Amino acid sequence: MKLVTFAGPPATGKTTVMTRIVKELENFGNRIGACKFDCLQTEDDKLYAASGIPSIKGLSAELCPDHYYITNIQLVYDWGQKEGFDFLFTESAGLCNRCSPYIKNVLSVCVIDQLSGIHAPRKIGPLLKLADIVLITKGDIVSQAEREVFLRRVEISNPRARIFHVNGLTGQGISEVANSIRELAQERNIDNETLRFPMPMALCSYCLGETKIGKEYQIGNVKHIKL
Amino acid sequence: MIKTNLKDLLISCPYISYYLDDFEEDFDEEISFEENLRKFPDYFFEQRKMSREEVAEEFETYIRAAQERLHQEIKSVTSVTILPGRGKDGTKEIFDPIEIRKGEMVAIVGETGSGKSRLLEDIEWQAMGDTPTGRTVLIDGMKKTEYRRKGGRSRAIAQLSQNMNFVLDMNVGEFLTMHAECFLRKEEIPEKVQKVYDVAVSLAGETFSMDTAVTALSGGQSRALMIADCAFLSRAPIVLIDEIENAGIDRRRAMDLLTGNDKIVLIATHDPILSLMAPKRITIRNGGISSILLRDEQEEAVLLRAEKMDHELMILRNTIRRGERISI
Repeated sequence: MKLVTFAGPPATGKTTVMTRIVKELENFGNRIGACKFDCLQTEDDKLYAASGIPSIKGLSAELCPDHYYITNIQLVYDWGQKEGFDFLFTESAGLCNRCSPYIKNVLSVCVIDQLSGIHAPRKIGPLLKLADIVLITKGDIVSQAEREVFLRRVEISNPRARIFHVNGLTGQGISEVANSIRELAQERNIDNETLRFPMPMALCSYCLGETKIGKEYQIGNVKHIKL
Repeated sequence: MIKTNLKDLLISCPYISYYLDDFEEDFDEEISFEENLRKFPDYFFEQRKMSREEVAEEFETYIRAAQERLHQEIKSVTSVTILPGRGKDGTKEIFDPIEIRKGEMVAIVGETGSGKSRLLEDIEWQAMGDTPTGRTVLIDGMKKTEYRRKGGRSRAIAQLSQNMNFVLDMNVGEFLTMHAECFLRKEEIPEKVQKVYDVAVSLAGETFSMDTAVTALSGGQSRALMIADCAFLSRAPIVLIDEIENAGIDRRRAMDLLTGNDKIVLIATHDPILSLMAPKRITIRNGGISSILLRDEQEEAVLLRAEKMDHELMILRNTIRRGERISI
């Protein structure tokens, strides 16, 4: 089974785009399953179900979503193996901009929305910088100039990635993305693989449930703003 | 590159400032990247889970990839060729390959829902029998796979449509400068921005200033700015236009500007003047190309008459706008 991780800020159109890609891959006779990681709640499993795509969801709730993701990815992988999928897609939106769910040697796809603004490519950090494939959505409703500037900024952030403009509603651009996924995704066990970017060191008193404000309550790995 | 002074590197590759900004430590521009790393505290590398050598190597890889990608020129395109496919009911299209050369404009006409936009999508996608129409589109005589292999970029195409809006919180001057910065050297920018602005204002008919927010522009002004920007700033050699006629802009000048800048222009339209302005027009019926007409002498005469009528209407519109009375 080939694992592919999709990540991107909320409401960029990940699920719609992924559903389209799954349908495209199914034309080649592949079986694909999906897992959605989110924070508080998600309806995306229903979207997958509506398209006949087997899926599960994981909600991090009170835990750090990045840590939740990495401690569960192996379980999800095992589920996919047992189901006998050819591809397993994981989708995560509930990550902070500091983090990325990408694993070395596992195909990583970033979905970013043209409407999120011209500064977005710089703000979303490792999520964009370390992806192998970048999909830009909602480009059809802004001016050509904005599309070009946005693309340029994505290229500056990540000059190595394959970048595609896709339209989740019409499906334009999807077959080319599916071809890239078929070409780049690798068959390999993720046991002992490493994250592409380390998760934050979150060992302060607030991780342990502290809610009070004030210096005396701050214990552990604490960093203060430079004034 | 890791041994070059950052100050010099920032001149040839200004975009590395974004890369450097992502480090929490400050860089001394007088010395090289590698020398800066030597000054960084050990905990920086511990947090990144990377050694100094690995961070340096990553920078080197980044800058090589960035140079290859960002310094790449878009090659000019000499021709676009459309080969037949099929209509909505599966009937084969019958026509000789349609070749459109640089500096040429072609109109695509047909009833609403007939498939005009679909033809534009085929071109944008550079179809190779892999779209619902089964058409093939060649660029410089090459199918997509060959064109890409020879270094042709997928960004050869600019698009303009009635559905497109500005979504940025910026004024006209800032907007054009930001776009120009993508492709031009610093010293070339102010002159180019002024030129695009001047042309946009003259196309729009209604004036606006460099300080106007792009989101506050009227439909006509937006379209005018997009066209001027496409003609002078965007490097894409192929321009696809879908319905821009109701914007009240100077259509003749707009099209002349695009074709004059060696663009290949395809415009899907219901507007009789724009349709006749193109020396060649493609009619689409039920998803398929049903005819390809070359403008004849009679149509040229009709075009002149239509443009005169249009001009009269424009004067009428402006007079009414000014609050004046109309006389016979």
